[in-house]
Amino acid sequence: MIRQSPPETLRLVVDLNRCQSYGQCVYAAPTVFRFHGEESLEYDYAPDASTRHEVERAAAACPVQAITLSGATEASPLSSRQDQ
Amino acid sequence: MTTTTPCSATDLFTHVLRHGNRADPYPYFAQMRQQPVARMDDGTWLVSGYHEIAQLLHDPRISADRLNPQDAARPAARSLLVQDPPNHDQLRRLVTQEFIPRIMGMRDHIHAVVTQLLDAHTTPQPGQLDVVAELAYPLPVTVICELLGVPREDEPVFGSLARRLTRGLDPVDTQTDEEIHELQQARTELVQYLEVLIQQRHTAPGDDLLSGLMFSQDPSGGMGPVDLRVTLGLLLIAGHETTVNLIANGTLALLRNPEVLARLRNDPALATPLVEEVLRYDPPVQMSGRSTLADIDIAGTTIPKGARVRLVLAAGSRDAKRFPDPDRFVPDRPDNAHLGFGGGLHYCIGATLARAEAQIALTALARRLDSPRLVADPPPYRENTILRGPEHLMVSFDRLTPDVQAN
Amino acid sequence: MGPAGRGSVGRIVVVGASLAGLRAAEALRDEGFTGDLTLIGDEPHEPYDRPPLSKAVLSGWLTTDHTVLPRVRNIDARWLLGSAATGLDVPGRQVALADGRRVDFDRLLIATGTHARPWPERAGGGLHGVHVLRSRDDADRLRAALLSGPRRVLVIGGGFTGGEVASACRDLGLNVTVTQRSGAPLASALGGVIGRVAADLHRDAGVDLRLNTTVHALEGDPAGRLRRARLSDGTVLPAEVAVVATGAVANTEWLADSILAADHRGVRCDGACRALAADGTVVEDVFAAGDVARWPHPLFPGHPLRLDHWDNAVAQARTAAHNMTHDPLDHRIHQPLPAFWSNQFGVNLKSVGLPTIADQVVVTQGSFDQHRFVAAYGQRGRLVGAVAVDSPRVLNGYAALIEARAPFPPVLNAPDGPAQLDPVDAEFPHRASPEHSVTRDSSPHIPATAGPVLTAHQ
Repeated sequence: MIRQSPPETLRLVVDLNRCQSYGQCVYAAPTVFRFHGEESLEYDYAPDASTRHEVERAAAACPVQAITLSGATEASPLSSRQDQ
Repeated sequence: MTTTTPCSATDLFTHVLRHGNRADPYPYFAQMRQQPVARMDDGTWLVSGYHEIAQLLHDPRISADRLNPQDAARPAARSLLVQDPPNHDQLRRLVTQEFIPRIMGMRDHIHAVVTQLLDAHTTPQPGQLDVVAELAYPLPVTVICELLGVPREDEPVFGSLARRLTRGLDPVDTQTDEEIHELQQARTELVQYLEVLIQQRHTAPGDDLLSGLMFSQDPSGGMGPVDLRVTLGLLLIAGHETTVNLIANGTLALLRNPEVLARLRNDPALATPLVEEVLRYDPPVQMSGRSTLADIDIAGTTIPKGARVRLVLAAGSRDAKRFPDPDRFVPDRPDNAHLGFGGGLHYCIGATLARAEAQIALTALARRLDSPRLVADPPPYRENTILRGPEHLMVSFDRLTPDVQAN
Repeated sequence: MGPAGRGSVGRIVVVGASLAGLRAAEALRDEGFTGDLTLIGDEPHEPYDRPPLSKAVLSGWLTTDHTVLPRVRNIDARWLLGSAATGLDVPGRQVALADGRRVDFDRLLIATGTHARPWPERAGGGLHGVHVLRSRDDADRLRAALLSGPRRVLVIGGGFTGGEVASACRDLGLNVTVTQRSGAPLASALGGVIGRVAADLHRDAGVDLRLNTTVHALEGDPAGRLRRARLSDGTVLPAEVAVVATGAVANTEWLADSILAADHRGVRCDGACRALAADGTVVEDVFAAGDVARWPHPLFPGHPLRLDHWDNAVAQARTAAHNMTHDPLDHRIHQPLPAFWSNQFGVNLKSVGLPTIADQVVVTQGSFDQHRFVAAYGQRGRLVGAVAVDSPRVLNGYAALIEARAPFPPVLNAPDGPAQLDPVDAEFPHRASPEHSVTRDSSPHIPATAGPVLTAHQ
């Protein structure tokens, strides 16, 4: 079955075990990543698509490569549910 | 490169230090990695494997103090680069608090500086450009001077001091007595210069980084005069002598890989991962020094307590045990956890600024230079082993176009 | 290397559509599996991440629709969301769903995770205002309750989730009481010595911390709304919201009639993630991964582990996916160094290794006073774990030492360490059982027969 790709979405996750709070993501994309206290990273898993370049810079700059961006192009599980 | 008799660590390091090998030390690094942790005849340990370097960067038994008693010229005051916690952490927190907010949101300004620097050479005719002298050097220097609050007219003084001091980072036994003396002279001149600058800020504080460091609102208080001088000296060298090589090495990689250059011209977003690959493939800072506080068992050997350790970051970032096809320049290499900015407590404070400067400069070169090619390959290299990069990077081109599209 | 023969075809069903299930499905495709892939999830949401629920969601920085996990690659799967699995027929190779459907498989991955241990009905569990926090819907309900302006929130249980919830409540300016059965928060995970630092964090943030205290009962008004709690010390505490954070229970009820060795502690499996039958033999074609799996870790012999840690879910999902698509000769053994983290009261806490099996602890770097330090844990003279509080950049050095089975106390001479290391008793409560379920909130040291870790009045 051929489906239209969903509108481009931006999703990310940070492996906070790997994360060592270097802060490079906060400096690159301050509306998406932030520190709560000095070393506790918080972030938005689904930021606005307009932040894509900033988020890509954040992911590339992470010294331990802890940031994963979405790579799937197929429809979300919720939109495919009705089809089954 | 094939050799039948394996070279000793001492021999390999000697090859690396030799200026004639500056353009391509990587075959020696590859040989080094066959014994990723090795002792040299002078008792210093060379660490060249990715995993071994990564472990030592995070090891509590490691000190950033180089324990270099032979260095007669060792300054009494120490920068945070060679300090350990808790002093290091306190200094670093102060610098971070004042430095980072001033560089966030700076991309537009960096772009404007790059545009201005290249506009001076815009021509519809074939020509040549020394990328080091006309872009890679003046860009970071302009930015660091603005940040610190160094008057523009003082820049030549500042710049020459940075050049003279950088040589002091190389292993002391590679320097002549004359060079060591010259180094002390440069340090004295720097202290004198900075004291005047500090005095001026005392009476008339500005919103620059220097004023910020002096009048920090951190609970621990602002920096004392000695820490301030040493920190400024560090930022000065870092601002003058590292990003220049990142931009130059990146330009070199682009010109040696024309298909990558073409991709960057059409897709400026490629600059983001591409700069990381430059930091892995041909890093501006090639090595970092440490010392051991306890015996460390690693890679089947034991580095004894009290030993000097040289982490060869440039070798580690080309380790096939960590990076597939490590000697290939892959501009969008995934999972690129290179060692270009070090790691652990001493991870480069200026990384964000260096990345932005390099991303914007390389993108501008790719877009504005029509049919660029190297005039000399390899280009001439500077003497320095540790902060390594081309002295000049002459590029010939068919045209240097105006900046048609501001990002 | 591609999977061997039949590994790449057939029907694989993954029960559980959270972190482990999603990553396993993606890894199956990475491994070259081209057959039919079905994911079954009891919640009606696409896979989301749980850690922010007790932090950024409660404090209001994120809404729950901003916790959705990225899908890293296309998996061409059939998703059956909002339908819980209710039964497993191993010989018939079938999973039964709550809506009556039956799903056939050739190979099965169990990744059903855990649920929050509920508060007993007889002790007030049914009252309006009594919450647990495990799912996205739980978080939405609790967030709404916190916004309604309760005069006091009671957090029952001083584990990681309890501390995180209390921290978020303080960020919101709410009055919070935390009750903890033992003598310190986090005592079952990190021992009493480090637990006392956690107690300081609670109190410095203005939490009313009641140690060595349990809740006998929650009581409501005639409309069924929570009004007060009766504590073991005789106190009656007014509260409109209670958060039950007394640990997690493996989601294995649906396996009760199967041949698997599965109970509230998890699904027993071997090092290759293969499920075991009650008699200890391998059940062909059935695997388990994530919070629900319980297996022997080679680095910590004698302790079947269940880890409800984020990175374990990811790593075990990958190992299971590899093994599901390869012949046993090519199977990998799942033996990650356990690691977890928590952010609470503005402090970052990370752990590697297995502090819970330690008998001694020693601070090796930094100081308690500044709430910035590293503590090393030892068991019979061997380094087995380390905890870093607001010191995330030095922890990997300890991980390497743990894997190298370094002696304890370790010889470090760290520049910010004490002149001499003087280990003390780590003060873990209830040191009795060899069974380990190293979870963020429940005590690993309670023998299986002792029942829930912390509950209402017996």
